[in-house]
Amino acid sequence: MSADPNEDTNEVRPGVRARGATEGMSADPREVTSGATAAASPPARERDLSQLLLIGILAVLGVVVAVDASRLRNDFAKLDPVGPKAFPYAVAAALLVLAALLAVSVLRGSVPEAEEGEDIDLTQRADWTTVAKLVGVFVFLIATVNVLGWAISGALFFAGCSLTLGSRTWLRDLAIGTALSVATFYAFYSGLGVPLPAGILDGIL
Amino acid sequence: MGNIGHLADGFASALTPMNLMFACLGVLLGTAVGVLPGIGPAMTVALLLPVTYNVDAASAFIMFAGIYYGGMYGGSTTSILLNTPGESSSVVTAIEGNKMAKAGRAAQALATAAIGSFIAGAIGTALLALFAPTIATQAVKLGDPSYLAIMVLALVAVTAVLGSSKLRGFISLFLGLAIGLVGIDSVTGQSRLTFGIPLLSDGIDIVVVAVAIFAIGEALWVAAHLRRRPQEIVPVGRPWMGREDWRRSWKPWLRGTAYGFPFGAVPAGGAELPTFLSYVTERRLTKHPEEFGKGAIEGVAGPEAANNASAAGTLVPMLSLGLPTNATAAVMLAAMVGYGIDPGPTLFTSQSDLIWTLIASLFIGNLLLLVLNLPLAPVWARLLRTPRPYLYAGILFFASLGALAVNLQWFDLALLLVFGLLGLMMRRFGLPVLPLIIGVILGPRVESAMRKSLQLSSGDWSGLVSEPVAKIVYALIVLGAVGLLVVGRLRRPTTQEVTS
Repeated sequence: MSADPNEDTNEVRPGVRARGATEGMSADPREVTSGATAAASPPARERDLSQLLLIGILAVLGVVVAVDASRLRNDFAKLDPVGPKAFPYAVAAALLVLAALLAVSVLRGSVPEAEEGEDIDLTQRADWTTVAKLVGVFVFLIATVNVLGWAISGALFFAGCSLTLGSRTWLRDLAIGTALSVATFYAFYSGLGVPLPAGILDGIL
Repeated sequence: MGNIGHLADGFASALTPMNLMFACLGVLLGTAVGVLPGIGPAMTVALLLPVTYNVDAASAFIMFAGIYYGGMYGGSTTSILLNTPGESSSVVTAIEGNKMAKAGRAAQALATAAIGSFIAGAIGTALLALFAPTIATQAVKLGDPSYLAIMVLALVAVTAVLGSSKLRGFISLFLGLAIGLVGIDSVTGQSRLTFGIPLLSDGIDIVVVAVAIFAIGEALWVAAHLRRRPQEIVPVGRPWMGREDWRRSWKPWLRGTAYGFPFGAVPAGGAELPTFLSYVTERRLTKHPEEFGKGAIEGVAGPEAANNASAAGTLVPMLSLGLPTNATAAVMLAAMVGYGIDPGPTLFTSQSDLIWTLIASLFIGNLLLLVLNLPLAPVWARLLRTPRPYLYAGILFFASLGALAVNLQWFDLALLLVFGLLGLMMRRFGLPVLPLIIGVILGPRVESAMRKSLQLSSGDWSGLVSEPVAKIVYALIVLGAVGLLVVGRLRRPTTQEVTS
């Protein structure tokens, strides 16, 4: 189901725009309205408690920076009166203070202004499934790039990303991906002198 | 008059066939990515940072300069033809530009944007060549305390003045400063925030951070909110202007330039404010007030010129002080560091050839932009139809390639993903990206300037204000902060009245 709303985003031919428009309209109306109030209108005093995640990250990061700084020594106190600790401590303190300030303002109803862009439609509810799948494809790339090499992993990565983003022409995606990865492999190898990992194709490429 | 000689030398080295090719490449790439949704000039330069490993510094910067100006121009094409500006600086252009396009005057809107950008870019670059060396000569005399103060001013200004929420701006800034801490402390040789991972001891490569925050973060954020309905794109032929259009455009171009350059040159000016001011001015001065809101050419000419002049202005603090004040400048500065060039007031003396070649190539790129882009406009308009799955898969692909090429280690890809998720989170929670990037770049330099200043005064904190320039700059920061607070207080009751 989650891939369903993506359906008309991969259309290449301009002629099908009208069909895409009607399909977009038929999306669940409740979702559209709830998304719109949460994202677009500042006067709506709905609390966005997902921001607690950000507050948590800031607080943890502040503590980590402070703990890490506490084990540093300043062996050259004469030469370097400030030492390596002061700046991390200041950053840590600021992160903790900012976490507290953000907590206060979130509880008072501060709503983040999500970033807009040409291809971004904030009136729809966020599609986190697609994001999770993309992260999965990315992890696949990280895990295999040394074994399979850039030519294979990169091609699969491109095809995987475009399929996740709504394309359905997997054969063509794979072909484009392979063309890109092999071309970049050689461009980096001979043009820039950067040998990307060849993996199992070592010796063939 | 040594500077004119330097500039002539710069032109001589920028006009070699090889460098001209890089300039063309940069302009074309810059315009293409400026037109493409989702990618801005900063991201493009970030994605192209791998070329710095095998291309010499001058050629790389010639290309980056082309991308910088090209990206600005491409962004305006998108906002005129699509009415959804990608960068905040082209919001104002979209107001009248898209109305003109819908009324069948897309060609004139694109033409006034292109010619206005050219004029503003040429004047702006000339002013840059005039002011930057002078400022650098003065800045070389500054000691660490003054330099520290100026950097603090830039950090505070970029964070507090731009963007809607100061709190969120400062969160972004300190996240960046924390990232900048990772690595071996240069004075005592101890590792900080490396968690025992030897790969982190050199610090986190700024290329990886920039590519992750700009490209991966953006692609993931778009993936979460991909527009289901393709947008309407206004078709366009070759841009041209009639006599009447010229008559109505030239004054707005010049006024826009006058607004844009100074705002770009001060640390927190940015392009939003001058484009908006230019729009308001043109609206007030126009002889055709009835056309405003329905597609007035003045409303495109002025803001577009302001936008480009501010882009040129931004290069003044970057080249004369090593202070980046917008995202593209920040990434270009990262590239400089990648070449082992120390950005700062000494640039004009230590890297004289490189800097003057860069300035000359800005003039050349600006001209190329005009020559290439007027006939190519229909091609650029077609780019807007790129299928989105391919566009964003391509962004992810090239971002990974760029990160992998840094050290040829999968570890950098893992970092790329982690910071990409951070970029996604920042977009979700309304944290501006710029303060983080500038924090990562300036953080280590701020710390080192602070430690050197206090070294000189043997730990006495008054050493931080031992120079007059430092005193003045800190006073400015305090004044600015008080001013912002007062304005905020005054404005608050009125906005509440409006909403209730």
